[in-house]
Amino acid sequence: MQRLALASMEIQDFGAVSARTVVAGVEAVCDPLGALYLPETRLLVVSDLHLEKGAAFARRGMLLPPYDTLATLKVLEAVITRHDPAIVVSLGDNFHDRVGSAHLPEMFRTKITELARGRDWIWINGNHDPDGTVDLPGQSADELHYAGLAFRHEPSLLSPAGEIAGHLHPAATVIRREKAVRRPCFATDGKRMLMPAFGIMTGGLDLRHKAMTGLFDRPSLVAHMLGRDRIYSVRFANLIG
Amino acid sequence: MNSFDSISGETAAGLALLPKPFADWFAAKGWQPRAHQMELLARATAGESLLLIAPTGAGKTLAGFLPALTDLTRRGKIPPGSAFTGIHTLYISPLKALAVDIERNLMKPVSEMGLPILVETRTGDTPQAKRQRQRLNPPDILLTTPEQVALLIANGEAERFFKDLKYVIFDELHSLVTSKRGHLLSLGLARLRRLAPGLRTIGLSATVAEPMDLRRWLVEQASEQQNHAGLVTAPGGAKPIITILKSEERVPWSGHSAKYAMPEVYEAIKAHQTSLLFVNTRSQAEILFQALWNINEDTLPIALHHGSLDVGQRRRVEAAMAENRLRAVVATSTLDLGIDWGDVDLVIHVGAPKGASRLAQRIGRANHRMDEPSRAILVPANRFEVMECQAALDANYLGAQDTPPVGQGALDVLAQHVLGMACAGPFDEDALFAEVTSASPYTELPREKFGRIVQFVATGGYALKTYERYARIRKTADGLWRVSNPGVAQQYRLNLGTIVEMPMLNVRMVKRGAKGVVGRGGASLGKVEEYFLEMLAPGDTFLFSGKVLRFEGIRENECLVSQAFSLDAKVPAYAGGKFPLSTYLADQVRSMLDDPQRWGALPDQVRDWLALQRDVSTLPKRDELLIETFPRGSRHYMVAYPFEGRLAHQTLGMLLTRRLERAGRRPLGFVATDYSLAIWALDDLGYTFAVERPSLSSLFDEDMLGDDLEAWLDESFMLKRTFRNCAVIAGLIEQRHPGKEKTGRQVTVSADLIYDVLRSHEPDHILLEATRNDAAAGLLDIQRLGDMLVRIKGHITHRRLDRISPLAVPIMLEIGKELVAGEAQDSLLAEAAEDLIAEAMGETQI
Repeated sequence: MQRLALASMEIQDFGAVSARTVVAGVEAVCDPLGALYLPETRLLVVSDLHLEKGAAFARRGMLLPPYDTLATLKVLEAVITRHDPAIVVSLGDNFHDRVGSAHLPEMFRTKITELARGRDWIWINGNHDPDGTVDLPGQSADELHYAGLAFRHEPSLLSPAGEIAGHLHPAATVIRREKAVRRPCFATDGKRMLMPAFGIMTGGLDLRHKAMTGLFDRPSLVAHMLGRDRIYSVRFANLIG
Repeated sequence: MNSFDSISGETAAGLALLPKPFADWFAAKGWQPRAHQMELLARATAGESLLLIAPTGAGKTLAGFLPALTDLTRRGKIPPGSAFTGIHTLYISPLKALAVDIERNLMKPVSEMGLPILVETRTGDTPQAKRQRQRLNPPDILLTTPEQVALLIANGEAERFFKDLKYVIFDELHSLVTSKRGHLLSLGLARLRRLAPGLRTIGLSATVAEPMDLRRWLVEQASEQQNHAGLVTAPGGAKPIITILKSEERVPWSGHSAKYAMPEVYEAIKAHQTSLLFVNTRSQAEILFQALWNINEDTLPIALHHGSLDVGQRRRVEAAMAENRLRAVVATSTLDLGIDWGDVDLVIHVGAPKGASRLAQRIGRANHRMDEPSRAILVPANRFEVMECQAALDANYLGAQDTPPVGQGALDVLAQHVLGMACAGPFDEDALFAEVTSASPYTELPREKFGRIVQFVATGGYALKTYERYARIRKTADGLWRVSNPGVAQQYRLNLGTIVEMPMLNVRMVKRGAKGVVGRGGASLGKVEEYFLEMLAPGDTFLFSGKVLRFEGIRENECLVSQAFSLDAKVPAYAGGKFPLSTYLADQVRSMLDDPQRWGALPDQVRDWLALQRDVSTLPKRDELLIETFPRGSRHYMVAYPFEGRLAHQTLGMLLTRRLERAGRRPLGFVATDYSLAIWALDDLGYTFAVERPSLSSLFDEDMLGDDLEAWLDESFMLKRTFRNCAVIAGLIEQRHPGKEKTGRQVTVSADLIYDVLRSHEPDHILLEATRNDAAAGLLDIQRLGDMLVRIKGHITHRRLDRISPLAVPIMLEIGKELVAGEAQDSLLAEAAEDLIAEAMGETQI
């Protein structure tokens, strides 16, 4: 529960714990809580919230703790408070299943409404929730093109330039002295940015997995890994010691 | 052999009960029914439930079945067209292979006597059609496993199937009762007693420390009194002949491979017909097997057997062994239990046995004829193990036992059982509580806790009640709990059981061409833990299945490997079943250190080592804790010698490190073995203790088991692993799901995340309580640590040395092999990130 603990901590020097990068000429900040902030447009991106994942499993007979939505929203609240964005883009798989937003308990609905007050909120549709959201603030869309960037859930093999995508839950593994540490990460080669999954109960997929093949120019690929209390930036070639 | 007048009354009563075909069969074989066999027959027939304690080779199996066989013989065949008759006898064994094996050993007498008895097996491998037929037309005797019993009683037809049950026989009861499988089985037995109130139980066991635990386990417990089964004891056979291997080579300071002794071990194999070589871990098995084949000039048929190997391969080894085609088998605990292994005439134990009872049981594998002594050779892998082997050898002659206690029934197992009972039919909560508490592991269960378990099964038992509409079981108007839909029962059946496997990947052999891996149709070699593979890079080599393999990569759920053309390999680091040193042996080793009179039995080099230690430092007294401090390189070390086993030492190491950290002593790390614990720090620990900042007595105060333990548990990765097991057993996350098999990785990732979420939002949840109980008893060994802290209070001896002592050498050699956890992980990340900064300053904006 590193991110949840980090979300409730006061950060003195944000510059020291985050990582600045540039995607297709647009300046961006990787927040250690797993969100991407674009200062020029005051736009905040989060991806793969997978809200109501516990409930989705409960619907299938596995009674996972009903606290994941609560925890994810707490982290989301912290990151929104920090940056006070004008626009929030949630990059798809906002809910873990199609009926997730319809069955959302009232307390969470209220919370999201509070967070969205005074800003634009875009729900990009994902493969888990292709039908958009029910009874929530903001608008749904399959893609968003804004400020020279393309925001979509699944990375497209055709047009990498300026793409911000999610879906794959990238994670990177560092191996030093025969010991391995794996963490979720932002992955970017300067053209495309692949976002870490923001949901508290989501797993990760290694950057070396075949699903990642062809997405990046590997010599320029950097993994901005989510550490306990800061971002660690490691070049792809240096992941394995 | 027995003259008639020496026969006891019970033996005579048993003989009188023996139907003619049996008496004739014994006579034809030239055998005399043994006294314990006849006593068991007489007392069971008279209606008693019994525990039979007998050494291997005492005709235990036949003894266990005699009451059922004679009863069925008297009953005769059921005429066709009669009303449905359920099974008469249930035989439950911990091993699938054992049930198959007993079928052979039981079927032989049954067919030779021409008894009208139908015997069948039922395991996870039994085809669906045969299971179906067994339900419709049950055999007289069913040989099965604990998991199958759980499945059968969770079925709607259980009442009909078990209504005629007379006997339940538990084989290897001593090994069953101490595990969660035993807990589940005890609950199953409680249900069987309700379905067939007159049933008698017969437990078959090796010698144990506390027979009363087992006797209580076998019968119904009531709140007012403690009931227990009767006891029948067979006389022990000839004393085994055990020696400790004396090698020309030096016994190493540390390590577990015992490579130094290979020539002598090989000679011993050559000098005997069939040898069983026992080791404690799978990696040791691989290394030993490899080392033997390196010197196997006579190409003796030597095989390997451990739990990770492909099932087909294991069965081939077992078959070859039974047919006496092998000269030696290198094996782990998968072979501990009582399979009949043909004519084994030598057991070689490589590495220390860790427990006196374990050694006795393993030695029992050699020579099943109980009148001849078993032969065994102990091969210590390092110097501490020399003492441990000597202690185990002494214990064996004294008949000392150190089997673990039965323990409190686990809550995750109870949750599984409650769901199973709902699948069997509607239940009343109070009635089920009464039934559950009649099982000896659960007699102390409070009613309130049982209620929470039922709530957990229904809706997850969370304080935040949002899952009512997804309940798996519901209380209906008549006050009974029922499953919500048929899907629940299906899910239960798929997830049943208490053995949770580590996430494993199949290891598959592929060919390697000039351009990399070609094809993927090669043989499957077995399974290996995923976390081990995560540390490998393509091209790395490792030992598995007796081969040096080259790691090629992971494809979906398979680990691809090719033949490596080298003899050197990275050692398989995965540890399977490493037992901690038993309390009894630990005490014996301490007393041996304290008593130079007992050093006579030790090899010269070990004696010299101890003498040197006495000269430059000191040897700890039996009830004393010795602590040495010394500088080395740029660091300061503290080595403690509690001899309480690796698990307790690990917990102690974690707690001491935290305390030193808080005192500002800048500890850097620690490493634990079965015998000692080393902590290193930037500060001079010797000086620290000398000026009592803190003092050793406050550092080692029992109060560390209070808040410090709690605080540490919060972030312990060990607890996550325990939680995963509990969550799978309790049915919170699934082992498998119809149609789509989850990979181990998916289960692992989500279990850790679920643990984090649950811990931060509902730390008192029943499943977290189950997890803490499990960890305290298992991985953390809290009880033992607590006992030790009490024992050493006021008996701590500190030696400030200017250099490493002889006794400290073994543990100092272990440093660097420890795993990374917790905060240390982030320091590796920082290291990797710094590499990048150093290399690419200004190149990319990071």
